[in-house]
Parts: sequence; structure tokens; C-alpha cells
Amino acid sequence: MLQTNLNHIESASQLNQIISENENVMVCCGRMGPMCLPVYDVMENLEDKYENVKFFDMAFDSPEAGVIRNLPECSTFAGLPFTVYYKNGKVVKATSSIQTKDEVKTILNEKFGN
Amino acid sequence: MEKFDAIILGGGPAGLTAGIYLARAKQSVLIVDQGSVGGQIILTHKVANYPGVPETSGYQLAGNMKKQAKEFGCKIVSSSKVTKMDLISDQKTIEVDGEDVYTSDSVIIASGGEPRSLGLESEKRLKGKGVSYCATCDGDFFQDQDIVVVGGGNSALEEAVSLTAYARSVTIVHEFDHFQAYASAVKEASEHPKINFILESNVVDFKGKESLESVIVKNLKDGSEQELAVTGAFIFIGYVPRSEAFKGILDINDRGEIIVDRDMKTGVKGVFAAGDVISKRYRQITTAVSDGTIAALSVLEYKNKK
Repeated sequence: MLQTNLNHIESASQLNQIISENENVMVCCGRMGPMCLPVYDVMENLEDKYENVKFFDMAFDSPEAGVIRNLPECSTFAGLPFTVYYKNGKVVKATSSIQTKDEVKTILNEKFGN
Repeated sequence: MEKFDAIILGGGPAGLTAGIYLARAKQSVLIVDQGSVGGQIILTHKVANYPGVPETSGYQLAGNMKKQAKEFGCKIVSSSKVTKMDLISDQKTIEVDGEDVYTSDSVIIASGGEPRSLGLESEKRLKGKGVSYCATCDGDFFQDQDIVVVGGGNSALEEAVSLTAYARSVTIVHEFDHFQAYASAVKEASEHPKINFILESNVVDFKGKESLESVIVKNLKDGSEQELAVTGAFIFIGYVPRSEAFKGILDINDRGEIIVDRDMKTGVKGVFAAGDVISKRYRQITTAVSDGTIAALSVLEYKNKK
């Protein structure tokens, strides 16, 4: 489990349940590394401002994280973290590597509105 | 509008140290960082030369500094951008994320530096799809693949060696005919059977639709270009001071560094600067901590004299 203040997803079934029960979900799948930490930090900062979005992290090295690692949208990714945005259970955007707050906000606004 | 005794822009070792000193002196302190608190040291896998700490990770050391600053009462706002500021007036104002406005009569700029990029459009497009800035994070995506490392300093050579644990071959592309690294790092990289060198050359383009497929390397002596089939490119070409926002307000040299005196004072009353953003020769965690200490003590002196 990652040492962040975000809610954690620990299994594929939990992820599937979350995306089926929530319209807008952002999941950051990474490690406690320098490219991942800033993204968790951005998410923690945005949680209060985007009440229409549920924010989660998932440990990249967990076997259960295959549910994200093996997504077709992530097939060309070669940089942590993998960040996936779900709307009504479907992937609407996925990014690889570090993202700034502005980049994350742009995606949240574009895909989920605010 | 919230008022503080001191506002610190930047939450790396310099900013956090200044915060610790000021908060401990019963000053109300706001630390604003545009990224994660900790600064560049969170990128450092191992810190073994910080006095009193036998060996730790940069992330751990930064975490301890942040905890200490918070325990002394610093308010820390991370992942937030300064959108407007007035540093000239006696009462300085800082607007954050276009929303929150803070004031203080003293500001310490400890905004540090950021990794230098090649500035290519293709580099941006393929970030995380072959182009990387962190060997520790992304090295294992390149198992048995051919990769390049761009740069010729300690980071480039040390990370090139660490990447040989995964990659089939590592080609170091460097713009000069010599390295800006410790002799031991040069020796280790030079003697490694998996490492090749292309010197006096620059990467001028990254090719690939969905992910990196090759890089174009230009020879800086004769202008010739060659295409290297690689799936990974790690860029370690140093850091640039994060001082853009202060141009026209503070004295900044041609390297983008803020000019301060020995007390960390800038040319503007009530504005101090510390850490990697200032003009200085050595950039270490310990020197940043020292700068932060001096800046904090100078702020206290400035306030006492007012």
C-alpha cells in the first residue's frame, strides 16, 4: 500500500466496483518515487476542489495492478506513474510519467467538467 | 487576505530550513511550493553525506524536514503556483493559484531549480513513452532494450551505469569532448562493457508515433546526423534556476541566478533568497540548508530593526 493521504485501491475487483459506482474516477498507479509523489500531491490538493471526482491511488507493483498496467490505453507507457481517468466505468484518458497540477486540472475539466 | 510574519517561496531544503528557524522563533510562516515539498532531493536515491544522518533517501530526508517545519507551525501549501506578486511594496503580496492572497513584510525566495530539458516538441510528446528523467523510476521498463542517456555530468554517468542493470546497451550522448563528472564516475562508465559514447553531439529529435523508436543525433563538429534505434532516452543535462518570475524585480545574472549578498539579501528591501536559485558555486543539500538558515536569521534581524 502506498504511503499517501489518498484512498487506496488494493484489488482489481475493488477498482471495478469503484468505477461502476462513481461517474468520475481518477486513479494514479505508481510507486513512492520522485515522478509519482508530485502526482499524488496534486491529487490530494485537488480532492476538495473537484467534489464530482473520486481520487485513488494503487501500488504499481501489486499483482492486482495488472488491471491498470495491462489496459490497452497504457500499452505504450514506459514511465511512472500510470494515471487513468474513468467516466461511467470507461477509460477516457490515460497519462504516463509526472504531470503538473495544470496538466491534471486540464484533463479533469475537459473530461469531467467542474 | 491572510497575513504572515514571513512567506517562503519554495519548499526544498533551503525553504524548509528557513521555515524551521523562523517558526521556532515564534514567527508565523507560510511556505508555498509549486510542486511537492522536498525539492530536488526527492529525486536523490541515496544521501550519505548529510552530517548526522548516516545514510537515507532524499525522499526520507525531505519528509523529515517537512514534518519538522509543520511541527513548529509552518503552514505549507504545495502543488500551488504563485499567480501574482508584489515584492516591491513594504507589505508584500502573493497570490496563489489565482485564488488565495497572502501578505507579509518579508519574503524568502527558495524556489530552487528544475531539470533542464532539451526543449524539443518531440521530447514533450514522448515523455513517459520512452523519454524519461528518472532512471530509478523507469529503468525497469527497458529490460534488454537499447537506450540513450543524454548528458555528461555525474547524474548522467551514474544513472547510465545503473541503467545497465536493465538495458542491453546504453549510449551516452554528450555535447562536449570531456565530462563534467568525478573521475571515478567517468572511469566506471568508460569501463562498462554495455556503455558506448557519442561525444561532441546532441540529440536533436525523438522519433516514434506511440512510443520512442529512435533518436536523431547531430555531430556538433561536422553537422552530420545519425539515427539511433532506441526505445528509451534518459535526459540528465543539469538544472536551471527557477527564477523566471522574478526577472525585472530582482537582480538576476545571465545564468538565471538571483544575486544576493552574504546575508541572503536581494536588492529589494524585505526580500531574501536562498538555495539553488541564488548565484553560488556549490549546490549541495548542506549548502541549501546553510543558505536557508542565514536567510531566516536575516529576516529576523530585518524585523527587529524595523
